[in-house]
Amino acid sequence: MQNLSEITIFASGWGDVALDVLIRVLCSLGAIMLVMCFAGLSVVAERKVCAFIQGRWGPNRTAIPLVAAIPLVGNFLKKNGLMQLMADGLKFLLKEDPLPKHVDKFWYMLAPIMALTPVLIASCVIPFGVYWSDGQMCPLSPANLDISLILALSIGALGVYGALMAGWSSNSKFPYMGAMRASAQVISYELAMGLSVLPVVMWVARTSDSPLNLFEIARAQENLWFCISQPLSALIFLIALFAETNRLPFDMAESETDLVSGYHTEYGSFKFGLFFVGEYGHMVLGSSLFIVLFLGGWNLLPGVAWPESWGWVSTVLSLLTFIVKIAMMLFLFIWVRWTLPRFRYDQVMRLGWKALVPLALVNFTAYMLFLAI
Amino acid sequence: MAIVVERKRLNFWERLYLPQIISGLFITLKNIFKPRVTLEYPDQSPVLPVGYRGAPTLVKDSQGREKCVSCQLCEFVCPSKAIRVTPGEISQDSEHAHIEKAPKDFQINMLRCIFCGLCQEVCPEKAIVLQNEFSINGYSRDEFIRHKEDLYARGGVHPDKIMKWKKVKDNAELGGGH
Repeated sequence: MQNLSEITIFASGWGDVALDVLIRVLCSLGAIMLVMCFAGLSVVAERKVCAFIQGRWGPNRTAIPLVAAIPLVGNFLKKNGLMQLMADGLKFLLKEDPLPKHVDKFWYMLAPIMALTPVLIASCVIPFGVYWSDGQMCPLSPANLDISLILALSIGALGVYGALMAGWSSNSKFPYMGAMRASAQVISYELAMGLSVLPVVMWVARTSDSPLNLFEIARAQENLWFCISQPLSALIFLIALFAETNRLPFDMAESETDLVSGYHTEYGSFKFGLFFVGEYGHMVLGSSLFIVLFLGGWNLLPGVAWPESWGWVSTVLSLLTFIVKIAMMLFLFIWVRWTLPRFRYDQVMRLGWKALVPLALVNFTAYMLFLAI
Repeated sequence: MAIVVERKRLNFWERLYLPQIISGLFITLKNIFKPRVTLEYPDQSPVLPVGYRGAPTLVKDSQGREKCVSCQLCEFVCPSKAIRVTPGEISQDSEHAHIEKAPKDFQINMLRCIFCGLCQEVCPEKAIVLQNEFSINGYSRDEFIRHKEDLYARGGVHPDKIMKWKKVKDNAELGGGH
């Protein structure tokens, strides 16, 4: 009898650890799934929104034989281009994967992985929602680190190494130029981005012990979103975000009109697919960061927070709020892309160094003085 | 002489660039809700304008007589050499025997045809007409060479106001002559 209970205690001790690890792994998979799903859906959304803006219908013909025969659902999937997404994914998987003779093989193979992984890693610190355990508010994210903001920014910015490796190892001039532009652009906009986040951190630091924690930052916005109290920071961060994710109007790395296809010119099939997903994943990550930093995270409206008393309903609602916000941000990304023409490279650099960085510095100093007084 | 285009100096708001971006965003947003201009082709067919030059066909008149008298003018005028007419005689038993000639075979190679409409223009009998068919497809080269029966089937009937050949016959029967 005694032995048995000892065994159970022993087992439960290890069981807890195993359970903890299991939950964390599942959470990480959930976060990755969320980002990947959004990356996939935003590809469809991109094509659809672009078509609507141009007065077209967008992809609405691709039909997978058996699925398309399902009454309502099949037609819905077909008309909204979701089967096009599946067909595209399948195409990326099934196409021949050529390895050009002139490339540096090791870096060439590593580059697409490098473009996607940082995004997925960084997505694990984003608090996608909240739950309550023992009256304590906890973030719905796999990892709740004290430096999650820095982690997300720095790991997310590593994505540009993918572009750089691809450009260098492709041994071809257009990818090389694309990669150089991408890295120069990311370096210059990273500065403005970091400087624009600092006022937020200082603001949070007044009430919280760990102001670099994304969860604490979002939590501090229950009453007042930072996009209202710090509109200039939000604007600078947003512009830098567009540059960071290499989206138009800062589409320097992949400017089809002058660089063929930029840094992934030499890539095809699945490797290109990884770049593609990485780019959209980066957008999802960037939008989540913007939401956590400036748009109140999982809170519905400024001053309206999901109440603790609702328990898991609040958890689901907070997650849904976050997801809807991501969708809206992605729409903004796409909307801007199909509205604005591309900047010239020198204009991008000028805007970064001569406008955004000084502006961010002024903004930072102003808030520093304001908060000190 | 070089034309100097004067560039207006931008004012502060214009140099800020953001108001322009926002107004541009609203323009594209408005476009999202406008009706689509796409014609969903295989489901909807386009409205063809009058005088559209589609595939050339042979036509019959209201009495079911084939209008072509195999004069071979179309074959002669065809710039892409798409038409080949094999002339033949109308048998003496036929009620149209007085017309004397009709094509034994009439081939139009749709791979060569350039839809210029010169055959239609040159035809003294209005027997060859470019109609509305624009989607021409087949599985082999042979399928694109259209023969007489096919051309008549596609052409249908184009009634004449003046029944020229009937008049010729009537006059001959009345003993008149030309």
